[in-house]
Amino acid sequence: MAMEPAAVRDRPTGQELTADFDARIAAHQRIEPRDWMPEGYRSTLVRQIAQHAHSEIIGMQPEGDWLTRAPSLRRKAILLAKVQDEAGHGLYLYAAAETLGVDRADLTQRLIEGRQKYSSIFNYPTLTFADVGVIGWLVDGAAICNQVPLCRSSFGPYARAMVRVCKEESFHQRQGYELLLQMMAGTPAQRTMVQDAVDRWWWPSLMMFGPPDADSPNTRQSMAWGIKRDTNDELRQKFVDMSVPQAVALGVTLPDPDLAWNAERGHHDFGAVDWAEFKRVVSGGGQCNAERVSRRRAAHEEGAWVREAAAAYAAKHQGTGQGDDR
Amino acid sequence: MTNTDNPYGGLAEDDAHAGDQWAFGTGFTAALAGVDTALPVGIDQDDLALYCQMLGDDALVAAQRLIQWSTAAPELEEEMALANIALDLLGQARLLLARAGQVDGSGRDEDAFAYLRDAREFRNVCLAETPNGDFAHAVVRLLVLSAWRLALFTRLADTADPVLAAVAAKGSKELAYHREYAVRWTLRLGDGTPESRDRMTAALDQVWPLTGELFATHPVEARLADQGAAVDPAGVRAEVGEVVARVLVAATLEVPPAVPVPEPTGRAGLHGPELAAMLHEMQSVARAHPEATW
Repeated sequence: MAMEPAAVRDRPTGQELTADFDARIAAHQRIEPRDWMPEGYRSTLVRQIAQHAHSEIIGMQPEGDWLTRAPSLRRKAILLAKVQDEAGHGLYLYAAAETLGVDRADLTQRLIEGRQKYSSIFNYPTLTFADVGVIGWLVDGAAICNQVPLCRSSFGPYARAMVRVCKEESFHQRQGYELLLQMMAGTPAQRTMVQDAVDRWWWPSLMMFGPPDADSPNTRQSMAWGIKRDTNDELRQKFVDMSVPQAVALGVTLPDPDLAWNAERGHHDFGAVDWAEFKRVVSGGGQCNAERVSRRRAAHEEGAWVREAAAAYAAKHQGTGQGDDR
Repeated sequence: MTNTDNPYGGLAEDDAHAGDQWAFGTGFTAALAGVDTALPVGIDQDDLALYCQMLGDDALVAAQRLIQWSTAAPELEEEMALANIALDLLGQARLLLARAGQVDGSGRDEDAFAYLRDAREFRNVCLAETPNGDFAHAVVRLLVLSAWRLALFTRLADTADPVLAAVAAKGSKELAYHREYAVRWTLRLGDGTPESRDRMTAALDQVWPLTGELFATHPVEARLADQGAAVDPAGVRAEVGEVVARVLVAATLEVPPAVPVPEPTGRAGLHGPELAAMLHEMQSVARAHPEATW
């Protein structure tokens, strides 16, 4: 029998790699960018992280619409810092995605061509300044519920990004809630604005956790891979249970007649989410889908000459220490 | 976040320590902590209050124009940088406008100045208010304004009013960064592609005619400068001109000839219609709810 060359003999087989990967997942060890990973794991992560990054960037728009009109300089500064944080989260997440062999420019292209999605919540309009507070409280709150478990994601760069993102999101949530407390202590018109914003954002916030478990085909595999830690319905229930006392403290009514404490379950029961609306908005039928993507596209395309100039300058001054400072 | 399983913990509870974690809320050291806020003796209070408004309005109006870049910047890094610069300027404006209300004895707060004055009462230089153009315009305007403001603030660090001096000392560090950012982009765009160069030239054509006013001395500035309570902008003209020219040369751009210094316009409350339009939007919510607190 002919001897196998050492290089071939030592190279692990596909089966061995898979077994090793599975063992590390089972032992709750982190997978890092240079580690072998199944193609499905990689592509699922790219999709999820890119979608998350896109959501941060598109998510700058609905609140950013109130930047020029924020009714006090303190609120203007808070909102500006928050929108800036979102740009930072987007950058951070694109960088995490890049560790998986994709690049930011390509992901941005996919976003503006509608080939990759972002969180559907941002396809709803922001109608009053109270929306800024309610987005902080409910939308950032739901995002935190979704993201806190991701700090334990099996993919190292994503998990580490989530630790930082969650800290800042929790800051934003507190700021949003504080704005609402202030408004509820203000004039009747302000209280009306807050209730109206809660009425409009409550159900879309519940949709942020994604379709019910029975209709979420990817959940099982993602949980097996440690990319996801809780099911959509578990997270949604957690969000409802946490939000109810916050609403009471705030003095607003959550727009769900079926919302009630169920002592037997130890959870709140709540009404049926309108999944037809969810599907309609996800597939482009929301009030702002076209506007959100077209604004992102415009910024990207109108900025092309700037990026080209920066690249040309860097190329001209390569090695002089002038061109590589970014 | 102490409890990662319940990020909502303590959100609405009477949490004594919650304030420590809030940006712009309680628990942060005030920007002017430890600064003597007594009014300087022998300085005309109305003059000083107006001077604070002038410097405050420059910052507020420039910040509002930068804010209009939000979600429209050419790259995410620039999105963050422009927001950063706007935040710095907003911070300077807040301190200066609040000081104006202390000095003039009216007790008006920063928001009363920002939201309840009409365009005619704004004292910013007109260069700060002209509408945004392309990114080249933003860079050129920022280069000129930050170089000018840095020259003023550096000299204000030992001015008679201790609050103004403290704002200037803190602001100088911020402005040095703003200027640096503008310089880097001036180099890239001036010496980048033919298109970027053309755009920079066009931006200079737009911005340059408005630079004369930066060095026009308003009577308030003249009187205060005599008492060591302000900087006469005429005195920073040579330095600012030299800094900007050096950058333009390095960026292979042509340095336009200096423009004549006109009578003060924006400093005298005379503005283009664009400022009124900008303020109309900025003040709309605050004015629609005069009884509200935010």
